[in-house]
Amino acid sequence: MISVTEWRERLESERCSDMLSELLERIGESKLNAYVTLSEDAIKTAELYDREELKGKLAGIPVAVKDCITTRDLKTTCSSRILHNYIPPFDAHVVERLREEGAIIIGKTNMDEFAMGTTTETSYFGVVRNPHDLERVAGGSSGGSGAVIAGDEAVLSLGSDTGGSIRCPASFCGVVGLKGTYGLVSRYGLIPYANSLEQIGPMASNVHDLILLFEVVAGKDERDSTNAGRGFRFEKKEKRLRVGIIKEMTAKDDVMTKFNESVELIESLGHSAGEVSMKSFKYALAAYYVIAMSEASSNLARYDGVRYGHALDQLDSWTRYFSRVRAEGFGDEVKRRIMLGSYALSAGYFGKYYLKALKVRTLVKNDFQRAFKDYDVLISPTMPSTAFRIGELADPLTMYKMDVNTVPINLAGIPALSLPIGFANSLPVGLQVMGDYFSENLILNFALEIEENLDRGEAFKQI
Amino acid sequence: MSQQVTGQRMERKDEVVIGLEVHIQLNKLNTKLFCSCSTDYHEDEPNTHVCPVCLGMPGAMPVINEMAIKFAVKVALALNADVQPFTVFDRKNYFYPDLPKDFQISQYDRPLAWGGYVTIEAGQGEKKILLKRIHMEEDPGKLSYRGSITTARYSMIDYNRSGMPLLEIVTEPVMNSPKEARQFLNKLRIILEYLDVFDGSLEGAMRIDANISLKGGGRVEIKNISSFKGVEKALTYEITRQKNLKRRGKEVRRETRHFDEINNITVSLRGKEEEQDYRYFPEPDLVPVDATGIIEELRGTIPEMPEQKRIRLAEQYGIGENFAKVLVLDLKMADYFEEVAKSLAEDGINLNVAASWTVDVLRGELNYRSKDFRFAYSILEPAEMVKILKYLTDGKITEKSAVEIIRTILDKGGNVDMIIEEKGLFAIANSEIEKLCREAIEKNPKAVEDYIAGKEQALNFLVGQVMKATRGKADPAETARIINKILS
Repeated sequence: MISVTEWRERLESERCSDMLSELLERIGESKLNAYVTLSEDAIKTAELYDREELKGKLAGIPVAVKDCITTRDLKTTCSSRILHNYIPPFDAHVVERLREEGAIIIGKTNMDEFAMGTTTETSYFGVVRNPHDLERVAGGSSGGSGAVIAGDEAVLSLGSDTGGSIRCPASFCGVVGLKGTYGLVSRYGLIPYANSLEQIGPMASNVHDLILLFEVVAGKDERDSTNAGRGFRFEKKEKRLRVGIIKEMTAKDDVMTKFNESVELIESLGHSAGEVSMKSFKYALAAYYVIAMSEASSNLARYDGVRYGHALDQLDSWTRYFSRVRAEGFGDEVKRRIMLGSYALSAGYFGKYYLKALKVRTLVKNDFQRAFKDYDVLISPTMPSTAFRIGELADPLTMYKMDVNTVPINLAGIPALSLPIGFANSLPVGLQVMGDYFSENLILNFALEIEENLDRGEAFKQI
Repeated sequence: MSQQVTGQRMERKDEVVIGLEVHIQLNKLNTKLFCSCSTDYHEDEPNTHVCPVCLGMPGAMPVINEMAIKFAVKVALALNADVQPFTVFDRKNYFYPDLPKDFQISQYDRPLAWGGYVTIEAGQGEKKILLKRIHMEEDPGKLSYRGSITTARYSMIDYNRSGMPLLEIVTEPVMNSPKEARQFLNKLRIILEYLDVFDGSLEGAMRIDANISLKGGGRVEIKNISSFKGVEKALTYEITRQKNLKRRGKEVRRETRHFDEINNITVSLRGKEEEQDYRYFPEPDLVPVDATGIIEELRGTIPEMPEQKRIRLAEQYGIGENFAKVLVLDLKMADYFEEVAKSLAEDGINLNVAASWTVDVLRGELNYRSKDFRFAYSILEPAEMVKILKYLTDGKITEKSAVEIIRTILDKGGNVDMIIEEKGLFAIANSEIEKLCREAIEKNPKAVEDYIAGKEQALNFLVGQVMKATRGKADPAETARIINKILS
C-alpha cells in the first residue's frame, strides 16, 4: 500500500505526472476491476503540480472517489446501468474540498449498484476482486474504494457508508476506513441510497492518512440541511480508556481469535476492557433494512429516463416508458429493495414496518448512550468473517446478515472505524472501534495507538 | 354548526356539500421553496429558472427557504389558524413526468397549521368557512404540448415552475353552493393580496381541487381547476350531473374527475379503487422546522384584514357602509381612497364625495379601460384626484368637467391644472353668473313675465341665455337657482 508519506517522498525527486502515468498504467493492467471510470483530467492536474500550480493539504496526492459521489464533467454511474452515461453538472461538497486542497481525482470506484450490497457483486460493471485473493470479494458496497488502497491503485479514497459500506471493504481489504458522526461530512452530491443513515468517509492505508483526508472532507455545508455545521481537527491525546466489548457483535472463530488478540494488546497498552450487552441489537438488522429500503424506494423513483441516464429510443406512454427504463436499468438487488421499501411504506403496513423500525432505531440509540456512560469506546470485529469467495453468498438474506455488526452504528448515527489488526487464513481482519457522537478525535487517537503497537509486518502485509 | 345560515334554503333542499383544496403559489417570494432559483419566470423561456435541486438531479439536496415559512405563517395567522411550532416535510411518492424526483416534498401529518376560517357574506348575514389545515409543498413542473393535448405526439416539460412554493389550504366540507365556493375564493384572494404574499394575476397562481357530494351520493373530487369561474362552473355542472343520476335511480360513484375548461364539463379520471397510495414518509434530507421564533416575530404584524378595514373606513371617514364594503375588495383602491380622504378631510369636505368618486367614477373608468388601481397610482396620483375634488366642491369645475379631466388623464396622462387650462374648464364664478343673470332678466322682460305667470319653460330660456353667454361653463342648476333668488 502507498502511504501519503511515501508518495510525498517520491514527489521530491520525481515528476508527479510521471508517477501518475505509472499508476494509471498499473491500473490499466489490473485485474481488480476497482475503477468504473478514470479521469482524463488526472494527468493535467498532476502537471499542474509539476508546475507548482497545485497547492493544498492534498497537493499532488491521487484520490479515488466512489462512483455514487458526483463529480462535475466526470461520469458518475452508481455502478448502475440506469446511470451508465450520467455526467453530473456539479461537484459533491467533498469533491469541491478535494479540488480545493489540490488532490488529483484519479477516477471513480466500482461499488454495489446504488450502494446496495456487501460484496460489490451487484455492480452493473462486474465484481471488484480482493487484492489479497482475486477469487474473493473486496467487500461492499465501497469495494472499489477499499481495493484501490490495498491494491496500490490510489493513495487515498472516499467511500460511503449506509450500513457498513466503508467498514466492510476496509475490513476485507485490510485498510482503514471511517464513517464519521452523521452530519459531519456534507452529503451534498452523495447520490442517496438511504439519506438518514449514510455518510461519506475516508479510506486509507493507515490512520494518519485517514485523519488527513477526514480533516479535508468534514465540514460545514449549508446545502445539506442535516449537516452538523462544523469540521474536524485532529489533536494528539494520550488517555487510558475504558473499552467496551459488545457481546452481541461476534464473528467466526478465526476472526474472533484475531479480535481477542487485539483485546489483549489493548489491555497491555493500559486500557481497561469490559463486556457490554446491547439488548436492542437483535432487532437492529431488520430495522435497518426496513428504513434503508423505504428511503431507497423513494430515492430511486427519479430514475425514469426522462432527464438523464438510461433512456429508450421509442416514444411510448408515460407509464410504459418509465417502467421499461427501470426494468432495463436496475439490477435485481435494487429492484428487490425498491419493492420491499415500497411495501413497507404502503398504507396499512407503514405502522407495522416503518414506524416500528423507527422505534427500534431509538432503542439502539439509547443502548449506545447507556454504554457510553460506562465506556469511552466500544469495539467489535467489523465483519462476522473474512472476505467471501465470489458467488459464495447467493441468498440475499444470508448477505444481509453479514451487516449485523455494522448497521447499529448507522441507526444511531455515531462514528465508527475499521482498523486492520492482522490476518486469518491469509485474509485481513478488521477491528471496529465505535465512539459517542463527535468523538472522532478519541477513536482516531485510540486507533493510532493500536496501529503503532501492532506487529506491522503482520497487519500491513504487502500483497 | 354555529354559523349563521341565511339565504341558503334553495341549496339546503338537495344538501350539496362542498369542500375545497386551494393551491396558492407564494409568487411574491424571490426564490423557490428549496433552492435559490428565481420565481420570476413567467415571461421567460422554458427551463431557464432551474438548478440541480429543482431538477431533482441525483445528489442535490433541498434547503428550506426561510422566507417561504414566514410567508406561510403570515397567511396562517391571518386566516386565524393554529400555527404549529413544530412542523415536518414529508415525501408524497407518485410517478409523473412533471415531477422531477417522482416524489413531491409536501407535508402530511404535521402540517404548518390546523383550523382557521374565512368569513364570507351569505344572504343577509355572514358565514364562517372553516378550514381543516394549511400546509406547504413544492410545485411540480408544467407539461405543455405542441398543438393540442389530444393530437400532440409527445409532452414537453417546463421545470421553471418546479419547486415554486405552494400553500395548500384545505377547507372543511362546509360550503353549500357553487356561489359560496366562489365567494370563499374571492375572499381568500383578497386576504392573500392584503398580506402581499401573492399576485393573483400571474398564470397558475391559484389552482383548486373541489370535493362535492349530494345527500346519499359518493364524494366526487374535481382536480386542478385553474380559475374561480371554472370552480363555479365545474361545481354547477357536477350538481346537475349528480342530480340527474339520482333522478334515474343511479348511484353517484366516489371518483376523481377532471374539469374540461373548454366544454365546461367534468370527465371521470379514476374511481375509488384506483386511488393512489402516496406512501408518505418524513423527508430525510430536511430537518423538522421549529417555527416558534417566526410565529412570535409575525404575530401582531399581520396587517389589517378586509373585515377590520371595512369597519374602520366607515367609522374613521364617516362614509356609507356600501362604499366601505366595495373599497376593501381591492387593497390598492382602499389605499387610494384613504390618501384622497385624508387630504380632503382637512378641508372639512364630506368624504362620501371622495368615496363615490373613487368607487363609482374612477373604478368605473378604470374597469372600462381594463386597468386597475395600480395603474391609477401611476398616472392619476391621489394628490391630483384631491385637486379635482376640491375644485368640484368649491364649484370651480362642474361634475361633467371633473369626469372629463379624469378620462383625459387616464387616456393621455397630464396633470389636472394643465388640462383645466387647456380645455378652459374652470366654471365661471358665482358673482359673474349673477351679473349675467341680471343682464338676462333685464334684456328679456317678456320671459320674466311669463315665468312669474307660471311658465316653467321661460326659466329654461333665461338659463339658456346665461349658458350662451358663458359658452356652457355655467352650471345650469346653479344658474336657475340664482335667477330664482333674484326674482323672488
